[in-house]
Amino acid sequence: MNYWPLLGIALVVIGFALRFNPLLVVVTAAVATGLLAGFDFIAVVEALGKAFNDNRYISVTWIILPVIGLLERHGLQQRARALIESVRGATMGKLLTIYLLFRQITAALGMKDIGGHPQAVRPLVAPMAEAAAEKSHGKLDEGDREKVLAMSAATDNVGLFFGEDIFFAIASILLIQGVFESSGYPLTPLELSVWAIPTAICAFFIHSWRIRALDRRLGRVHP
Amino acid sequence: MITYEWLYWLAGTFFAVWAILSLRDQRSGNAAFWGILSGSFFLGSHLSDLANGILVLALVGIAGLGGLNRSDPETTTVQERETLSSKLGNKLFFPALIVPVTAVAGTLLYNYTPLSETGLFEARRETLILFGIGVVIALVAAMVWLKPPVLAPAEEGRRLIDSIGWAAILPQMLAALGAVFALAGVGDIIGGLAGSAIPEGSVFLTVVVFALGMALFTMIMGNAFAAFPVMAAAIGIPLLVETYGGNPAVIGAVGMLAGFCGTLLTPMAANFNIVPTALLELKDQNAVIRQQVGTAVPLWVCNVVIIYVGAFLLWN
Repeated sequence: MNYWPLLGIALVVIGFALRFNPLLVVVTAAVATGLLAGFDFIAVVEALGKAFNDNRYISVTWIILPVIGLLERHGLQQRARALIESVRGATMGKLLTIYLLFRQITAALGMKDIGGHPQAVRPLVAPMAEAAAEKSHGKLDEGDREKVLAMSAATDNVGLFFGEDIFFAIASILLIQGVFESSGYPLTPLELSVWAIPTAICAFFIHSWRIRALDRRLGRVHP
Repeated sequence: MITYEWLYWLAGTFFAVWAILSLRDQRSGNAAFWGILSGSFFLGSHLSDLANGILVLALVGIAGLGGLNRSDPETTTVQERETLSSKLGNKLFFPALIVPVTAVAGTLLYNYTPLSETGLFEARRETLILFGIGVVIALVAAMVWLKPPVLAPAEEGRRLIDSIGWAAILPQMLAALGAVFALAGVGDIIGGLAGSAIPEGSVFLTVVVFALGMALFTMIMGNAFAAFPVMAAAIGIPLLVETYGGNPAVIGAVGMLAGFCGTLLTPMAANFNIVPTALLELKDQNAVIRQQVGTAVPLWVCNVVIIYVGAFLLWN
């Protein structure tokens, strides 16, 4: 077995760790991996070009930015903050826990496009979480502010990942079904998706506990 | 029939406008980067693989040499935004909701009514196409309602895309890296190594190696989809299902979720972990991953326990 292509993975790890430009790291790793596997340079560039082109749909989502930018120009983030400030008893812990549950349930019903970072986290969830944290703990210093914003993004991810597989008509369930079927184990999507429920429940309890722990920690630093 | 190609023209137009505005703003690096990306969206389907590869190298060259910078188009001040926010009130949320509602309600309507028989949208592509339609509707609605200067949405969009910078195409680039890894047989090598790391005769330890392999290989590839077929073929099916007689549904479903725990831990999953730090303008590129470690690790342990109990103790 030729183990040399694994060097490409090492390049990625080292490049990310040394904080080189990630695009440069990725392309260098791709070229190195291809060459080490015995392809010539032109073939590697062709493979890279074809795969980049086939995956253009991933970058289509940026067309939402003019809408978000236009609304932010007219005070969308300020509105999101004002809404939370007007809710009595709103805390960051409660807000993000409710968002986690909302994201898990909507994703489990197949609505994984509600939420997401450009559409929901930047303009709405993160400013709301920050406003709620400042409401209970006063003005946050820069480090704590970044933690609250990062936790908002993390909550969107956890909610999506550990909700979506409960919906049976999703790509990952179909992939599992396909892999097992080709090995002679026919499974129905529903058999698979019910087994996503125990993990979803664990994810809710673990992550909501961590959200509340962050809220409590902010409280100790800012009495 | 509306296909992805239509979306590519739409996105190509947006990137072209950002390129022209960058040029007007005398930011030639940004203009070149968004211009080339626009070219890829308009022409990519008609170019050879080699030409597309050269576009990729050009994009990476510009970004790698630091040619892409933040921009600062004219906008409203924080005070003006406060005033507008109180004047416009909660109605400001409506245009933001048009996009997800169009995508989700449209997908449900299209798939569960006879509409799908019209073949209006390319098969299995309807959600992203409806997302694009939602963006256009939201943009028109916001323009009509707010009556900003004509270039305002383009300039505000440019501010945001420039603040995201190279991270905007990192997810697409990582998908391309995944394809090269697959071509080079990285999956087979990893699967072989994982298979040879199995301690003989212990069901529990085999479950641990399977779940660990899913998480680690997912961290390398940036998504669990690439890891799953490899780990299932190396350990999941031959050992857990065939040798030890485990429940295939549990092993498949929860094995995938063990991989998702890896997704929370890796910069390779740029869409979820790196792009948000750019969008939220955080200093630490790994800030989101840091907040996820404390969830991902205990959740991975839960998955190991769920596989062991669900696929073996309860099944046999």
